[in-house]
Formats: sequence, structure tokens, C-alpha cells
Amino acid sequence: MLQIHQLHKSYPMGDSSLHVLKGIDLSVNQGEMVAIMGSSGSGKSTLLNIIGMLDEADSGEYILDGLTIKNLTEKKAAVYRNKFLGFIFQSFNLINYKTALENVALPLYYQGMKRKERLELAMFHLGKVGLADWSHHLPKELSGGQKQRVAIARALAANPKLLLADEPTGALDTNTSHEIMAFIQQLNDEGKTILMVTHEEDIANMCKRIVRLRDGVIIEDTKVNQVRAEQYV
Amino acid sequence: MFDLDLWREIFQSINKNRTRSLLSGFTVAFAILLFAILFGIANGLQNTFNDSFGTDANNSIVIYPGRTSKAYKGLQSGRKIQFKNEDSDYILDQFGNDVQYFTSKINRNYAVSFRGEKSNYDVRGVYPDYMFIENNKIESGRYVNQGDIENRTKIAVIGKAIVEDLFKKTEPLGKYINLGGIQYKIVGVFTDDEGDLEERVIYIPVSTIQFLYGNNDFVDMMHLTYNPEMSAGQALAFGSSIESKLKQRFSVANNDQSAIRLFNRAETTKRVSMITYGLTVIILVIGFGTLVAGVVGISNIMIFIVKERTKEIGIRKALGASPGSIVSIILLESIFITAIAGYVGLIIGIGVLDVIGPSLEVYFIKDPRVSNTLVLGATITLIIAGAIAGYLPAKKASQIKPIVALRND
Repeated sequence: MLQIHQLHKSYPMGDSSLHVLKGIDLSVNQGEMVAIMGSSGSGKSTLLNIIGMLDEADSGEYILDGLTIKNLTEKKAAVYRNKFLGFIFQSFNLINYKTALENVALPLYYQGMKRKERLELAMFHLGKVGLADWSHHLPKELSGGQKQRVAIARALAANPKLLLADEPTGALDTNTSHEIMAFIQQLNDEGKTILMVTHEEDIANMCKRIVRLRDGVIIEDTKVNQVRAEQYV
Repeated sequence: MFDLDLWREIFQSINKNRTRSLLSGFTVAFAILLFAILFGIANGLQNTFNDSFGTDANNSIVIYPGRTSKAYKGLQSGRKIQFKNEDSDYILDQFGNDVQYFTSKINRNYAVSFRGEKSNYDVRGVYPDYMFIENNKIESGRYVNQGDIENRTKIAVIGKAIVEDLFKKTEPLGKYINLGGIQYKIVGVFTDDEGDLEERVIYIPVSTIQFLYGNNDFVDMMHLTYNPEMSAGQALAFGSSIESKLKQRFSVANNDQSAIRLFNRAETTKRVSMITYGLTVIILVIGFGTLVAGVVGISNIMIFIVKERTKEIGIRKALGASPGSIVSIILLESIFITAIAGYVGLIIGIGVLDVIGPSLEVYFIKDPRVSNTLVLGATITLIIAGAIAGYLPAKKASQIKPIVALRND
């Protein structure tokens, strides 16, 4: 599904440069649910951004679903993001003047789908996250958990191969966090590959595999027994 | 290609950010409003200039004789110059190729009566061409024609104001009117846009006047219009060559200003066109400046909008928006706001001109208006202006890196 080999990334800092990723090797199979952990500055977000094609590595190899991701033009990157990836963010990143339904339909708009079709499909995904009744509400009328569920519906709308979550529960209280995690686990049960950045140990333990980063290198990569989130809900 | 979804996105963005859109539109609307009003006022001034010279043909030359003021070739000063029919023939013979209409003219003032109504009017003996030089319009009947000239018929063409003065409700055509004791048959009624004064005039054939009131071939003055294709410079040269030929013919010193006078409309036309040209340049400079200010204004606001929408643009890019689609969304929004706001400004400007126009006449601004060409030109300019105003911000927006935009705040 995803292979990364000797990935390096540094950011210029004035005269010197900050070496953030120092040779990452990582391979994720179809259907896995991986937590990337590390303290701030460990490079976990940079790694996720590179995987999400929002940023580009200086050197190293990144293969997604058999496709080498290298020297993409902006346009090409946009197409790949749209086709292969679904994003879930800590701060939801919904467009505040669009209704829940329109937010979910946005990736489909960029696929060039017809309006009627994409609204139908968006409605279907909103139904899946249990928010069909809220389809015409603006983000500001939704609770944090609801917003994140809209964001998940949006990430799923384009039927991506890989779901990338950046601290998906970071802005939520414990109860809502567990609700969202239960939902993400359910998606994983249905076969979606999920990659998640988190710094919360209990959230990480709800994944199937934990990759720990420190100072730009992987220090630990272990499979864990998944803690089901439903029990807390 | 018309992309309904793209426009839906743009309308949604404009609609959801009304204050912002209104503000950016306001700058442009105001700029265009000022531009339209300035332009209208300039046009009004121009109209005043044009009108102050009446509706007579504006390519006319009037020649009239006086007395010599200098002794020349053994002739003493103070000699009276008298034009005759042969002088008209001479001018037509010499300059006929460049002459459009020509008439010699006799001016008289007679006591005029009709069935007991009496008044004094100017009576002018003319050739048929005079109708075009004076720019008269026949309301009923006909004007003096060539047959009248040859047969010295006793016919009269009277102004509309005279009909009102003397005839009351009687139909004048075919009636006989008494001019200084001689009966003339009325064959036509004319109007003149210059008003009542020019309509209190009676035209009769020049040959009739010469025959009946003196039996000579004297004429008082000569009117002609030159080929309208001539430039102002050519027309001026044409006028002075007529003047010097006539001076030779009458043995008048070339620098004698009073013996033969020639009034050439080209002189005023040239002066007016220079003033108008100057005005137009000033207005264009001011108008262009205002427009530039408007464009800079909207460009600033678009830059601000892009800054404000950085996060949204980041989200869109993360979801698969290509740089091109980001450019078009910002650019089209800018063009749309500019075009609509500009148009509103233009309409308000035209409306203001319509409302205040009549009251401006005392300030020598007559009928201030903007032309259709200007409206069309302004529309095209607005679209281009919108594109210029939106381009840099749009380019900037398309270069936003999603990771920067999405960084948690």
C-alpha cells in the first residue's frame, strides 16, 4: 500500500537548516491502522504532510499504491490528493460558509462530478456518519464531534485509498474523542487503511500499530492489541 | 466555457461575505461614478460650445463689402464697394469646385401686411441654396427655386413665427401678402431651430428684389459653404484665397481690413475643437486616474480577501483543488465584483447626470450625457480592470501551500 525508504527532510532556518526527518523507513499494508507518535518536534507532522503530498521530501523514496510520488507538479499533486487521500484534521477545517452537505461534496466537485450526483453521494456519506438530519447546517451550528464527523464524511466522500488523520481528537473532549475513535475503528474494520498522528497514548492504543518517532528517526515500531473505543461510549 | 458550478462557488463566496464584497465594489462604483459625471460634464461643456454657434451650416463663409480704408492704385480711401451678380459668377467661376452651396443675398426691411394685420419684417432676397446654408426646414409648401430666380416670380417663403403673428388661424399657403406695397404669393412656410428671431424672416427670389425695387444687379453680401471634407486648415486657406482674389478684383489694398470682410466659420470651429480637445484630454487623464485608484483599491481588498481566505484555499487544495481552479475562483470573483459595481456606478452616474443636467445649464453645461460608445468602452475597461486587480492576488492564492494554510492556530 505504502512504502517509504530513507526519507529525508530539512527546513532552512536562517543560515543553517533544521534536519527534521533523518532517514525514515516505513511500510504500511492495506487495511492497517497505524498511529504515529512522538513529542512535538519529532517530525511526525512533517512525515504525515509528506505522505499527504502537502509537502515534498528532499530525498528518499515514497511509493503509494505502486505509484512513485516524486517531483509532482502542483496540478498533479492536487489530482493525486483528490483520488488517493482523505484528510482529517485536528481543527476540522470545514469551510465555514458552506453547509455540512456542501463541505462533504467539495472533493467530489474537484473530481468534476455533476452537482446532483455529488450531492446525493455526499448525503449518503453524511448518513453514514449519522448526520443526515444536519446536512443543511453551517459548521458553526454543529458541535465539535459533529464537525469532526462531517470532516470524516468529507474525507470518505472521494473513496480514498488512504485516510490521513492529524490529531483527529486533539480538539475534542474525552467522550467525543472516544465516539470519533469508535467511528474511525469501524472504518478500519470495513477495510480502510488509516494513518494517524497523535500524542495521546490511549488514542494510539486504539490503533493496531504504533510507530514512535524521536528527533526524526523511528525508534520503535510495534503492533499492539487494539483497544476498542465502543466500550467507553 | 461556462462552468455553472464555478459560478455557484463564486456567488456563494460573494453572498456569504456581503460586507467585504460591498466594500470592494464601492471603490470601483465610486470611481466609475466620478468618471461618468466628469465625462458627462465635459460633454455638456462641449455641447454648449457647439450650440453657441447656432444651427447654421458650420462650414460656411460670409462675404460682405464695406468702404476702403486705404488709398490704393490711385483710388482714394472711403470708396464704397458694391457687389453685383457678376461677382457671384466670378466666385463660382474661380472656386466652384470647392463650393458646396452658394448664394448672394439682399437684405431689406419692409412693412408687411395681411388683411389688416401689419408688422415690419426682414425680407431677404436669396438663391435656393440659402435654405441649406441657413439650415431651414420647410414645414409646408416649398422654398425659393431656380424657376423663381429665372422668372423673377413674386413669391414669398415666410417663417413660422410670421404665420403666428399675421395669419392667426388662416392657412397662409396660396394667400397674397403685401411687402412694401407689392403683393407676393406665399408658397412655403419654414422653421429654424435657432428660434423666433430667425423665423420672423421672409425669403423671396433675389432676382425679384433686384427687378422690383431698383432694377439693378446689386447684391448686399454672399454666403457659401465649402466642401465639408476640408480640414480646418484647408478651409482657412480657402477663405483667405477668396478674400485676396476679391481684393484684387476690386482694387483694394491687400491689408485693407474694412473694404471686403470675410467671416469664416472654420476659425471658430478650429478654436472650439482645440478647446474641446484640451477638455477631453484633461477629463481622460482625471478619469483614468480615478479608474487606476479604483483598481488599486480593489486589488488591495482582493489581497486582503486572499489573506483572509488562506485557510479555505488550503483546505480546497488539500481536497484536490488545482492551482488553476484557485486562480479562476479569485480572478472571476474580482472581475464579477468590478464589472457589477462599475456598472452600478455607471448607471448611478448617468442617473445623476439626468437629474442635475437641466439645472446645470446656467453654468454653461448643456445636456451632459455619456455616449453609448463610452458605456461599452467602460464595460470592457472594467472587465480588464477587474482582471488586473484580481490577477496578482489570485496568483498569490494559487501559490499558498496547504501545510502553511492548515497549520493549527
